[in-house]
Amino acid sequence: MIALVDCNNFYVSCERVFNPRLEGLPVGVLSNNDGCVVARSNELKALGVKMGEAMHLLPPTIRRQAVLLSSNYALYGDMSQRVTRTLAEFSPHVEVYSIDESFVGFQGFDPATLEARGQRLRQTVQQWTGIPVSVGFAPTRVLAKVANHAAKKISVYEGVCRLDAEGPATRALLRQLPVTELWGVARRTGERLALIGIDTAWQLREADPKRMRRAFSVVLERIIWELRGRPAIELDDMTAAKQQIMVSRSFGRLTSDPAELREAIRQHVARAGEKLRRQGSMTSAVMVFVRTNPFQLDQPQYRKSVVVPLARPSDDTRDLAHAANRGLEAIFLKGYRYQKVGVMLLDLTADTHRQLSLDDTLQSEADRQRSQRLMATVDKLNRELGRDAVRLGLPRKNNAWALRCERRTPRYTTRWEELLRIKL
Amino acid sequence: MSWISGTTADVVGHAASTAGGVTQPLLGSGVRAGFPSPADDHLDRDIDLHAHVVKRPASTFFVRAEGDSMHEDGIHHGDLMVVDRSLEPLPGRVIVIAVDGDLTVKRLERVGQRTYLNARSPAFQPIPLDGRETQVWGVVTHVVRTLPGGQS
Repeated sequence: MIALVDCNNFYVSCERVFNPRLEGLPVGVLSNNDGCVVARSNELKALGVKMGEAMHLLPPTIRRQAVLLSSNYALYGDMSQRVTRTLAEFSPHVEVYSIDESFVGFQGFDPATLEARGQRLRQTVQQWTGIPVSVGFAPTRVLAKVANHAAKKISVYEGVCRLDAEGPATRALLRQLPVTELWGVARRTGERLALIGIDTAWQLREADPKRMRRAFSVVLERIIWELRGRPAIELDDMTAAKQQIMVSRSFGRLTSDPAELREAIRQHVARAGEKLRRQGSMTSAVMVFVRTNPFQLDQPQYRKSVVVPLARPSDDTRDLAHAANRGLEAIFLKGYRYQKVGVMLLDLTADTHRQLSLDDTLQSEADRQRSQRLMATVDKLNRELGRDAVRLGLPRKNNAWALRCERRTPRYTTRWEELLRIKL
Repeated sequence: MSWISGTTADVVGHAASTAGGVTQPLLGSGVRAGFPSPADDHLDRDIDLHAHVVKRPASTFFVRAEGDSMHEDGIHHGDLMVVDRSLEPLPGRVIVIAVDGDLTVKRLERVGQRTYLNARSPAFQPIPLDGRETQVWGVVTHVVRTLPGGQS
């Protein structure tokens, strides 16, 4: 069995840990430069505020009621790490899947004990870090996603849901789940599936895998196997949720060489940038993570991640590479043998939301157009001549690093001068 | 300073040890299997104050004290407090607690069936917890105060 552990309204929950007064209030977190809403408390969702909604378009009544905060990526990155470390107490198989989600392997545990374990995990993460999480157990990743969703939305599960490959709960959930809600099924694929009468996850599960592979893709075939309870998907083949892009890979052999890590990061950023532009998105922040092999217990263990916010949302690989390099520099430690590095692009927004900020000049607009043309050319060449036909060298120095973040809370966990102050 | 006995929370599930702090490789943290080597006694390492004070990095936070109500417990205005959220709020411990939404630091005390937050200062009355909305945030385990000359 594998568990998907997902932090509930993660950014908002992080803010609430350090400011309990936010409990029960509609709270939203804004993307960099306070552009769009990228995280919402349940109360804000109830007011009808949508993910990605532009802040200046929110009705005044909502702006008055809600607490809207600038994103505090230093804090979220640190809290994310604390959650991951806590999860590692429960299993050595912890794979970070996004800033607020991890897959945790529970192979070999008695299935009958899993729900109790899940409750203890939830309670421990809540106590140690203050972050509420939901836990979905299932034999495969795709089903674990479904289980997690149920754990979060259906109150009788109390935050922990276990789905077996067969069983009335699995059947009932899949029957009412639109196929487009499934992990890995894109909206366009969903539209094509609807044409052949497949609307729900259950209908997809019952479809012929081989035929679906021919008609659609090998990924869709794998999703069908996963829905039937047979693991077929590796984390690294999966395109992440629409809100983020992750590219990571394990090294063929462990390495301590910073040059190898930098090169791996460069490649990951290049791929992530392509994906980003292909889906027409921009990213607000880049998360970089490294880890050693958690199964080599005789080796020193290290696992670290950091989030580097961008000055403004971007889809330029050079911006991403610059941020990722800075991130890697900040977390790389000598003396460890690294097994895996990865990059994650967070809080994607549609590039139609491309914002001009007040300090933008005609010059920067011209820069941006040049950057768009350059990236489009690079992507085209790489498509036609093969991956890495054109590589980007050292990223340019970016001086415009000042973020607009008037409503940002203190970086409580990463700056001495911004520690939480408590009245005695 | 560390008058609190270092009790730890319940061991949870199947645990693999993960790295302590950034500066502390596992090798040096005393995980041993089999017989201790006699050479161990002569193998001195740097004394790592961070590792001594931060037993559980995932659950340990540094916060700053404001105000003087905890004088008698040796906490002064401006002190750095080390707070471990994984510890249980047992009577006698100094805890960080949200009372009606505001975080404060007090010693937890139990008299008969009732629990109080005690300020340990004659100027402050004990606060009974009954009927208030409270949420324990963590247990203060250490205090670091900078004395004259100590500023960097």
